[in-house]
Amino acid sequence: MTSLPSHTDRSLGLVIDLDTCVGCHACVTACKGWNTENYGAPLADVDAYGPNPVGSFLNRIHSYEVQPETGPAQVVHFPKSCLHCADAPCVTVCPTGASYKRTEDGIVLVNESDCIGCGLCAWACPYGAREMDPEEQVMKKCTLCVDRIYNENLPEEDRQPACVRTCPAGARHFGDLSDPESDVSRLVAERGGIELMPEQGTAPVNRYLPPRPKDELPELDVLAPFLDPVAEDAKGFVGWLDRTLSRLT
Amino acid sequence: MHPAPSIILFTTLSGLGFGMLAFLGIDATPPMGLSALAFLVIAFSLAGGGLLASTFHLGHPERALKAFTQWRSSWLSREAWVSLLALSAMAAHGVGLVFLEQAWRVLGIVGAVLSLATVFATSMIYLQMRTVPRWNHWSPPVLFLGFALAGGALTTGRVSVALWALPLLAIVQAFAWIDQERRERSTGTDLATATGLGHVGRVRAFEAPHTGESYLTREMVFQIGRKHAMVLKVISALLFAVVPVVLLLLPFTHFLVVPAVASHLLGALIQRLLFFAEARHVVSQYYGRWDMTGMRGG
Repeated sequence: MTSLPSHTDRSLGLVIDLDTCVGCHACVTACKGWNTENYGAPLADVDAYGPNPVGSFLNRIHSYEVQPETGPAQVVHFPKSCLHCADAPCVTVCPTGASYKRTEDGIVLVNESDCIGCGLCAWACPYGAREMDPEEQVMKKCTLCVDRIYNENLPEEDRQPACVRTCPAGARHFGDLSDPESDVSRLVAERGGIELMPEQGTAPVNRYLPPRPKDELPELDVLAPFLDPVAEDAKGFVGWLDRTLSRLT
Repeated sequence: MHPAPSIILFTTLSGLGFGMLAFLGIDATPPMGLSALAFLVIAFSLAGGGLLASTFHLGHPERALKAFTQWRSSWLSREAWVSLLALSAMAAHGVGLVFLEQAWRVLGIVGAVLSLATVFATSMIYLQMRTVPRWNHWSPPVLFLGFALAGGALTTGRVSVALWALPLLAIVQAFAWIDQERRERSTGTDLATATGLGHVGRVRAFEAPHTGESYLTREMVFQIGRKHAMVLKVISALLFAVVPVVLLLLPFTHFLVVPAVASHLLGALIQRLLFFAEARHVVSQYYGRWDMTGMRGG
């Protein structure tokens, strides 16, 4: 059913720390690996070793350069996957009911056996979170590793999305963002977590923690500016060279 | 947006076909017998052929019937239903015209309304895309219906209607092209809102997530075909409106309707190509390619 639920019991999602992410793409690899070997159509690659490789991915890492008013530019690595929006435009456009948002945990999923591969949901998503699989011709998207997080065959520490479990920098956090007391909600409150493209009206669940302000280089010695320069004029050979060359010009 | 030939053909041909059906439906003195058959075969080929073309871009056309299930929320599903109802009503009306030489007025009017509702449903698929500002605008329904009506009048030989509908369509289209630019400029979405990093400083795309193309860049960050947009707009308006009007104003013979329709159809196809190729999707912000995908005067 592609009408959106008016309320979800929980809002599971990711909190991504842009201050900590080092842009290693480990989450991309872990995601591709888990979601190729487990639930749903494998994430295909076409022409993988040829001149024009393409493939479907559920998570991709952009990098941006941010130039503040003063000081050097910063590079920010920016992982992007489905934000499991409360008001998901990808769900309502689906003509077959293949796309849906779960009432129990808010995860947006695709029932692949109902997907006709029309691509409208990918058009409707402002974030580029949905990709048509080049082999299976069905729409692929982040499932929040729904086949891991409830999987009692896995050790408890593995019951989280593959991207979160693998992140070596601890830049990815998973939890219930509808519960103000959850770890992820507290992190968002403390660090001023942001929504992407709020003007698109999608009410995304995932949040991004902005980079912390960079330290300024401290003044090492308060008296230093008041000291006379050690060498006003160069002396010796260098001084002679300077004077001689100055005369020539 | 990637201008897929199947979608360009579908929206243009089916729009024209349903426009024809609308005029055949409301006609108080419709053609009968073989003459009616000829009109209906052309209209059904265009409308039905267009619908068939639309299934070519599906990944799984064999599951197309599932698209009838979500009419409560999805415009694509509504389009499927309304087109089926319109074709059924007009087929029944056609049986009366061709075999019984009977014009069932009420059925014809219902068929005409459903035919136009189909074109409206098609246009709403585009209008609802907030991610594509150029489509999220009054113009898709007005233009899709305008092309269906003006083209339908022309193809069903309603010369007096076509003579004012075609110039009016050209004026509305010119205004729509200008106003779509304004709509696109006023989105409020830029790389700062896309990344949420605007408060830190000026954001610039530094490195893309992949070195080659992807489904996203091919489908939504399409960059070819806008170079000659201005020239194409002029050619399109000449072909879909000016040439047919001139041909219709010449001493009227049936022979001239064929080149007039051919010219109109070619112009409409160029118009539809631009509708897709010029439209920018907000996801191109993430790739730093929003401005690069912009229209340049050709």
